[in-house]
Amino acid sequence: MSETAASPVPAKASGLAGGLLGRLDGVLLTLVAGAVILWFLPVGMGRYGTYVLTLWLVTAIAVMGLNLTLGIAGLKSLAQGAFMGIGAYITAILGTKLGIDWYTCFALSGLACFALGLVLGFPALRVKAHYLAFVTLAFSTLVWLVLRNEQWLTGGTFGISNIARPTLFGLRTDGALAFHRFVVVVTLILALALWWLVRSPWGRAFLALRENPIRAASLGIDIRAYTLLAFAIGSAYGGFAGALYAPLVEFIDPTPFALSASFMLLLMVVAGGSGYQLGPFLGALLAVALPEWLRFTGGLYLIVFGIVVLLLLIVCPTGILGLLDRGWTALKARFGASDGSRP
Amino acid sequence: MAELVAYIVAGLATGAIYALAAIGFTLVWQTSQTINFAQGEYVMLPAILILAAVAFLGLPVWAAAILGAALFVVVFGLGFKLAVVDPMIRHGVLPLAIATMALAIIMKESAKDFFSSEAQTFPSPFPAGAVDVLGVSLSLQHIAIIAVAFVAIGALQWFVTATRTGRQMQATAQNPGVALILGIPVARMVMLTFAINAGLAVLASVLISPIYLAKFSNGDVIGLFAFIAAIVGGFNQVRGALAGGLIVGVVDSLAAAYISSSYRLAVPLVLLVVIILVKPEGLFGRREERRV
Repeated sequence: MSETAASPVPAKASGLAGGLLGRLDGVLLTLVAGAVILWFLPVGMGRYGTYVLTLWLVTAIAVMGLNLTLGIAGLKSLAQGAFMGIGAYITAILGTKLGIDWYTCFALSGLACFALGLVLGFPALRVKAHYLAFVTLAFSTLVWLVLRNEQWLTGGTFGISNIARPTLFGLRTDGALAFHRFVVVVTLILALALWWLVRSPWGRAFLALRENPIRAASLGIDIRAYTLLAFAIGSAYGGFAGALYAPLVEFIDPTPFALSASFMLLLMVVAGGSGYQLGPFLGALLAVALPEWLRFTGGLYLIVFGIVVLLLLIVCPTGILGLLDRGWTALKARFGASDGSRP
Repeated sequence: MAELVAYIVAGLATGAIYALAAIGFTLVWQTSQTINFAQGEYVMLPAILILAAVAFLGLPVWAAAILGAALFVVVFGLGFKLAVVDPMIRHGVLPLAIATMALAIIMKESAKDFFSSEAQTFPSPFPAGAVDVLGVSLSLQHIAIIAVAFVAIGALQWFVTATRTGRQMQATAQNPGVALILGIPVARMVMLTFAINAGLAVLASVLISPIYLAKFSNGDVIGLFAFIAAIVGGFNQVRGALAGGLIVGVVDSLAAAYISSSYRLAVPLVLLVVIILVKPEGLFGRREERRV
C-alpha cells in the first residue's frame, strides 16, 4: 500500500510542500476568477448551453469530493455515483413529498452521505485500503437496486419529476440562467471549503497519509480516523452534488447513478489530475461538457474518453495538470530558475 | 426437496463459472498486483467477439469460437500485459487499478456501439433437456457446465502443482524477488498468468452466455460476483476462489428462489460485507503482512 500511495506524484507533493502559499493562492485566484467568468458566461448561450455548463459544475462538485478521497487520501471509492444518487433522491423525495425547502434537503443530503461514508468506511478500512473499493462497489449496486425496486418511495424506473428549484432571499431560480448562477455560488463555496480544508492541519495529515501511511502513523496521525474522515467528507460532496443535480434536471430516475457513473467519476479525477485542487473541474469538463459540444463523435465519446484516460495514465498518471506541472518544472529547470523542489 | 436440489445444482453451475473468473482475477492479482476491475467485461467480451465473427465473417460457430478465443487471449491477455500493465506498474497499484476501469468502459461501450446494445442468444455447446437423478430432475446444461468448469480448474491445479512451469509460476506469485534469484523467468511467468486469465475468461464467457444471453452490460454483475467470490474465498488462494465462486453461485440461486428475485443481487453483497467484518482474509486466505 505504501508504494501505491507514494509513487504517483513525486513532483507534486514537493510542489505542495515547497511553494505552498504561492501555488495555493493561484488556486484561490483561479477559483474566484473562474466563478466570475462562469457567472456571466452563459449570457446568450441559450437554455441548453447553460444547462450543460451547470451540469459540468454539479459533476465537478462530486469529482472534488472524490478527489479528496482518492487524490488526497489515496482511497478508491466506487460509490461516488451512488452518493450522488442518494443526495438527489433525498432532495427530490423530501422536496416533492414533504415540501421541505431545498436548503434543508441539501444539508441533509450531505449529512446522510457523510454518515453512510463513516458506516461503509469503518469495516472496510479496518482491513486494508483496497477493500474499500469492493465494499463501495457492492454498496453502489445495492443503492441502485433500492432506487429501482422501492417504487413506493423512489418511483422505481418511472423516477420522480417536478423537482422544485431553490429560492434565494425570495428570488426564484427557476430560469436556466438564474439556477446556473445559484450553482456557481454553491460550487464556489464548496470549492473554497475544500481549499481551506486541504491547507489546514487536517489537510496536511491527509497528504501525509497518502504519501506514506505507515510513516504518518508513526508521527502520531491516527490513520484510520483521518482516512475515514477523508472518505466521509468526499462522500458528503457526492451528496451535495446530488442535491444540486435533482433540481437541475428536474426529473430523476436510477439510470445516472449506476455503477458506471462511479467509474466515470473516478476517471474524471484521474484525467484532471488526481490531488490537484483544480483537477476536478478539468476532468468533469472533459467528461461532461466536451461530449455535449462535440456531438459529432456520437455515442463513441465514452470510448474516446476511456482511451484518452488510459493513454494519459500510461504517459502521466497525475493527469493533465500533472503533465502541465511536469512541463513547467522542466522549463524552470532548463532556464536555471533555482527551484530545488525536484527530488 | 427436489426443488431445493435443482436450485443448488443451478447455483453450482453459475458458481463454477464465477469461480473461473475469480481464479483468473486472483492469479493476476497474485503475480502482478493488478486488481482487474475489467474482469466482468473480460467474461462478457469473448462471447460478443464470437458472435461478431459469425455475423460479420460468416464463419461457422466452432471456427468463430476458435478465432474469438485466440484473438481475445492475444489482445486482452498478452496485449493487456504489454500495453497497459507493463508501462503502468511502475506508477503503483492505484493508477493501474483505475486504468482497468477505463479499460472496462472501453470494452463495454465498444461491445455496445460496434456490435449490439441488445441481448443476443448464444448457442449452447451442450444438449438441452434434463436427466432424472434419484427422482430429481436436473438440467443437462447445468451438469455439463459444472463438469467442464471442474475439469478446467482441475487441469489448472494439476498444471500449477505438478509441472515445472506451473511450479515456477507459483513461485513467481509467492515471491517474485526470490523466484528471480532462483533463475525463474519471472517476466514470462507473469505473462503466462495473464494468458491463463484470458483463457479462463473465454471459457467462462462461452459457458455463461447461453444462460444469461450475450449482452454488453453483463460484465457488471459477473465482475461483481467474481470479486465477491475472490474475497469470500480469500484474495490469495486459487482453491479459495473456487470455493468462493461456488458459495456465491449457490447463495445467489437460493436467494433468487426463496427470498426475492428483485433483491437477489443484494444477498451476495451482504455475504461480502459479513466476510469483511468477520473474517477479512477470506474463508481460505492467509493474513498478509503490511510493509512500510
